[in-house]
Amino acid sequence: MEERVAQEVETQEFWRWPETNWVNPDIDWKKGKVITAGVDVGSVSTQSVVMVDGDFFAYGNTRTGSDSPNSARKGMGFVLEKTDMTIENIDYCIGTGYGRVNVPMAQQSITEISCHARGANFMYGPEVRTVMDMGGQDCKAIHVDDQGKVLNFMMNDKCAAGTGRGMEVFADLIRVPVWEIGARSFKIQKEPPMISSTCVVFAKSEVVGLLESGMPENDIMAAYCSAMAHRIMELLNRLGVKETFVITGGIAKNEGVVKRLEKELGIKTGEPVWNKKEYRDRGYPFDTQLAGAIGAALFGNALLKMGKAKSSRKAYSV
Amino acid sequence: MIANYGFGDGSGDWYVTIDTVKCNGCGKCPEVCPTKLLAVGPDEIDPFREEPVAFVKQEDRKKIKYSCAPCRPGYGEEPAPCVGVCEPKAISHSEGWKLQFGSR
Repeated sequence: MEERVAQEVETQEFWRWPETNWVNPDIDWKKGKVITAGVDVGSVSTQSVVMVDGDFFAYGNTRTGSDSPNSARKGMGFVLEKTDMTIENIDYCIGTGYGRVNVPMAQQSITEISCHARGANFMYGPEVRTVMDMGGQDCKAIHVDDQGKVLNFMMNDKCAAGTGRGMEVFADLIRVPVWEIGARSFKIQKEPPMISSTCVVFAKSEVVGLLESGMPENDIMAAYCSAMAHRIMELLNRLGVKETFVITGGIAKNEGVVKRLEKELGIKTGEPVWNKKEYRDRGYPFDTQLAGAIGAALFGNALLKMGKAKSSRKAYSV
Repeated sequence: MIANYGFGDGSGDWYVTIDTVKCNGCGKCPEVCPTKLLAVGPDEIDPFREEPVAFVKQEDRKKIKYSCAPCRPGYGEEPAPCVGVCEPKAISHSEGWKLQFGSR
């Protein structure tokens, strides 16, 4: 119903965030001994990362389509088109995320919990103790040790409240691009009371009500962001927070949620910058959504080194 | 690692908790579990682990509220069969079970 009108009037999709890919110009993969890949097929986005000898080489971040195998192929193709590498040059590929069992080029699948823990350890540094992964359709709180090993984890029920999908639905409703919500939620006079429903569908009708009552858009964004922060806090309270605390996943890019969560917890989250100095100096792009795929690629590297996995170049056939 | 299978809602936390460090993968708990939701196999959280470990089957994870019901404190035998049979004391249940149904 809404679609038909949108096509006539305006076709902009406010929830659609830009897909990105990047290749590291400093690494010549042909000299690399072990090339591993991680494909994180999430419920909303698919990330693929290629690592050469455990160094960050290339990544791609795409939307997940309606079927996992194609999303994985698309995600992997999106990375490889930037490089002169083919899928056959990759030694070992690990699938992770929601659709991990359906990644055609993967030799193994590992749960996203272990991958996010390991990825966060690599990205934010070994002092990370609590990882909050804010995914597209669920959120998980993970305690990790200095090796990136999972100590304890807790997952919410499969529910989009307080997740990336909820934010997308909200962006589309309020007609503000999803990446602008965080900044705009601070352009307010006074912090409004939070949206009381956590359920996305209920929150949506509540927002419609607020819009009609004449509440400014920015205030509604602030109200939604604090509702989301509150929901994350409830999950964290159950597990407990140990410093250093970091947030991975798409919501970590929304400062409206992150800053409000910091305020509620009284704990600063880890800065979203590479822990490795050379990565920072060379200005490698830091994408919080990559943690799962980076973790998977690192697992591949480690498994090959330990001799638990066999290199399978040219293992992939369509 | 402490693996929590279950959920928390307004009425409290409902978790089957398996301490994988203590678990020796002996395979006694799947045998005694009345609803057969436990299994022993490779550790999916830690790919480096060699020994098998007990876990709640993937397809049963969302149904714990119902499938674990026969053993809730106050209903079933005390302690629950899986907890009683576990020699290394790796399995436990969250406080929510005890709060709602009383503990003995």
